[in-house]
Amino acid sequence: MNAPSAPRKIRIATATLGGCFGCHMSLLDIDERLLALVEIAEFDRSPLTDIKHCGPGVDIGLIEGALCNAENVHVLREFRANCKFLVAVGACAINGGLPAQRNRFDVGDILKKVYSDAPDGRSRVPNDPELPLLLDKVYPIHDVVRVDYFIPGCPPSGDALWKFLTDLIGGRTPRLDYPQFHFD
Amino acid sequence: MSEGGGSFTLDGQVIAFAPGQTILTAATAAGVYIPHLCAHPDFPPHGSCKLCAVTVNGRDGSACTIEAAPGQEVRSDTPELHEIRRVLLQMLFVEGNHFCPGCEKSGRCKLQALAYDLEMLSPHFVQFFPHREIDASHPEFFLDFNRCIMCELCVRASRDVDGKNIFALAGRGRESHIIVNSPSGRLGDTDFAATDKAAEVCPVGAILRKEVGFATPIGARLYDQAPISQVDLQVDLPGREK
Amino acid sequence: MIAIESALDPILGRHRRDPTALLQILRDTQEIFGWISPEVRAAVASALEIAPTRIDSLTRFYAHLYDAPRGKYRILFSDNITDRMAGSVALMELMLKKLKLERGKLSADGLVSVDFTSCTGMCDQGPALLVNNLPATRLTAWRIDEICGLIRARTPLDQWPEEFFRVEDHIRRADLLLGAAERPGEAIRAALALGAQGFLDELKKSNLRGRGGAGFPTALKWRSCRDAPGERRFVVCNADEGEPGTFKDRVLLQSFSQSLFEGMALAGLVTGAQKGFLYLRGEYSYLRAPLEATLQKMRRESLLGRNIAGAKNFDFDIEIHMGAGAYVCGEETALIESLEGKPGRPRIRPPFPVTHGYLGFPTVVNNVETLCNAAAIAVVGGDAYARRGTTRSTGTKILSVSGDCERPGLYEYPFGVTVAQVLEDCGAPDVGAVQIGGAAGNCLIPEEFGRRIAFEDQPTAGAFMVFANRRDPIEAARNFAHFFAHESCGFCTPCRVGTSLVAGMIDKIAAGHGAQYEFLDLKRLHDILRASSHCGLGQAAMLALGDMMQKFKPAFERRLITKDFEPDFDLDAALARARELAGRDDAAAHLGEDI
Repeated sequence: MNAPSAPRKIRIATATLGGCFGCHMSLLDIDERLLALVEIAEFDRSPLTDIKHCGPGVDIGLIEGALCNAENVHVLREFRANCKFLVAVGACAINGGLPAQRNRFDVGDILKKVYSDAPDGRSRVPNDPELPLLLDKVYPIHDVVRVDYFIPGCPPSGDALWKFLTDLIGGRTPRLDYPQFHFD
Repeated sequence: MSEGGGSFTLDGQVIAFAPGQTILTAATAAGVYIPHLCAHPDFPPHGSCKLCAVTVNGRDGSACTIEAAPGQEVRSDTPELHEIRRVLLQMLFVEGNHFCPGCEKSGRCKLQALAYDLEMLSPHFVQFFPHREIDASHPEFFLDFNRCIMCELCVRASRDVDGKNIFALAGRGRESHIIVNSPSGRLGDTDFAATDKAAEVCPVGAILRKEVGFATPIGARLYDQAPISQVDLQVDLPGREK
Repeated sequence: MIAIESALDPILGRHRRDPTALLQILRDTQEIFGWISPEVRAAVASALEIAPTRIDSLTRFYAHLYDAPRGKYRILFSDNITDRMAGSVALMELMLKKLKLERGKLSADGLVSVDFTSCTGMCDQGPALLVNNLPATRLTAWRIDEICGLIRARTPLDQWPEEFFRVEDHIRRADLLLGAAERPGEAIRAALALGAQGFLDELKKSNLRGRGGAGFPTALKWRSCRDAPGERRFVVCNADEGEPGTFKDRVLLQSFSQSLFEGMALAGLVTGAQKGFLYLRGEYSYLRAPLEATLQKMRRESLLGRNIAGAKNFDFDIEIHMGAGAYVCGEETALIESLEGKPGRPRIRPPFPVTHGYLGFPTVVNNVETLCNAAAIAVVGGDAYARRGTTRSTGTKILSVSGDCERPGLYEYPFGVTVAQVLEDCGAPDVGAVQIGGAAGNCLIPEEFGRRIAFEDQPTAGAFMVFANRRDPIEAARNFAHFFAHESCGFCTPCRVGTSLVAGMIDKIAAGHGAQYEFLDLKRLHDILRASSHCGLGQAAMLALGDMMQKFKPAFERRLITKDFEPDFDLDAALARARELAGRDDAAAHLGEDI
């Protein structure tokens, strides 16, 4: 594609909150175009790099997954603070998706059901401070931070992600072609 | 006004109409698509979804309820009207629980297809996450009210075509909801049948046939290759959904 | 079951077992049982041979019909902004505390429930509440205490002190209507002397325009109904005075009903209708008995019934239909739906009621004040009437003045009076804003107080709410936004969903979490609701808010955060339930402010 001869590479960060990594798999689905992408971009925090924190000066932050727990909120805030453009990728980030199907239940009832209904009747809801606590509901990310762009799909196809990224990097308003526009 | 028929213009294009036609039916007959959800070629105008928002001689209105009249200047394909429609779609999406990846209607759902065609990228507003029920009591069909958009097509079909009066709209405001007319309130205790008109009119995935699942592969579904603005013109013309 | 059926029988008989009277039947039934129980629902459905879902569609639509027990004493606090300004919220909290109750929940012993309801039309003598449909006015902490005592002692309502329920007229300025002495039959006889066409000509000369707010020429409406094809015709008086801050119809109904009913009879004379309905809002149930008494008296005096005032073939009578808590029924087609025993969802217009109204027959729907004016025109004549007011707005307008002023009440002026004049007359020296026309009207600020009350300038159905400088416009905006979210009928998407979104955004701004993001969203929704809603309720739902956002921009902006976005819920509180279950309170078990 028409890679701009930028003085520095575009920095991209990615993260999965409450999601299935399907959107990240789609990112890998751009296949050999990954090579073209790394010509013009480098990855900051991402499951692809294993960098643990999103550093300052990131151009594009891609967020997959919904907000399910306290850690998700910390990661999202870190991305919002460090990314020029924050992008909600996939159904979960955009409207809660599959994780949000728990919203019809009280989170306390869910925890009790999962951890307390042991045969001996003892409560086993874990209290380890290392474990992030669940939010009362699952939230789409735009309920908590401002989001600049949305790429729908479950997951969005590799083509959709490629079209979006090349549009954005190329300075065009990102726009998906009809066959790339999917909520499923 | 329209006794003799005549013509009006729609975004500058001359549209001929027959007596009794609305702007929407006349446009459809002429091969021009105006977005809509609650309007159906087999039923009288209803006017609740408001997706067919147009301006007629500069005044706001609904294409599905306004009778065509000679000389009207109708606007439909404008950025302003598409913006209204997009926001109305976002309202419908946040009002219910529309989880497309898990819905068997996906790919042939009019709500979803309009969202694609009008490029609704996100629901934008705060999700209501309402508590709505699923009724799987009927042997052949299930009701998933999470997806209901209150278009009342099932209400109208069951009452006016099937003569069964199985569905009704109750509640008001955001508490509006469809109820089932049986002592238990469940579909399984009605005489709802697969041959009913009400079984085929739901534009979304609120009334679905059991044991079908995701029968059609992704890519081959009704709206996978072409937008609803093209597909429905073919579908609606003969006066049938499918 | 036997008890239910024996109680139902006279009610069904009174309503001729007619399913179109379903709303009336349910109201009367609820008067006896306190709520529509599953047994009552089944009995009514079977007696009328209708689907029980038809009953559900009413009980779940009308706020004052209950499909769950609400107690022997059902207390509803009026929730208009003027009641709030007079301290209603604190009084309700006091009552809840004294009765050890939660708002909206029935007490454990099934004795009492306390909740809010939309404006009950007692703004000039608020704060007010309804107890089992009876209005108690001028509430104070002392009065709340007394009421709680009576409830705890289970004292029947008819043994409560009468003064609790006194409703004042508060006529502060009288003109043509409010100053007229009652002369039974005068209007009818005067019109009969002119003949139907002769009186219609007078009405045309008077240039009377509808007082419900839209200002449609009355003579044209009556003539259209007369000329529309149809075997029967109907006259409907819209006494569903639900616009927050409006209470002038209440006074006309309370003290000038003779003139109103004569006005309806004149509509019958002109259109040929033989039947009239008074659609009375449920909140005014206490007026029903005196209104029925007036009707009886008029029948005795041959001013209603057959051959009225001796005129051969002039037959007209009036039936009172009760509403049950739905503002949208003030919209004329929703009102007709309600008259037909259905939920009040507005119809598609056209066709208009003058050709396709009640049961599909040509129907005139007029506001209370319009019909009183018609009666006055019969007496004074069209030309004399037209000399009052302005050229385009003839006659007088009754304003319901409430809020921050010394003398709230009714002010009848010839059209054309300035807002400043009204403010001077009602004793309001330090005014920040006036809300004209209720929650669906315009908000005027001091530089606009030279504006005139007239169809060509500031049209109004009659509300005139005064806000002192110290008042917070955002509180009024919030009150209106929640009012519309509560009163939206739910038929069309923009109003059903949009009004709830708007209420949420205003709450967010009021709570100090809103940003320019929400402010701009509100502006966008303002335009979308106005352009795409099905009826006037949705189209006007954001008018006042739009006005306020423009005219009190600094007040709004002071509330907006400088950050570009903030969640509208407390993230730390969202962890509370999980914290409790895990038994944790360490630092990582909390979410602080954003970085």
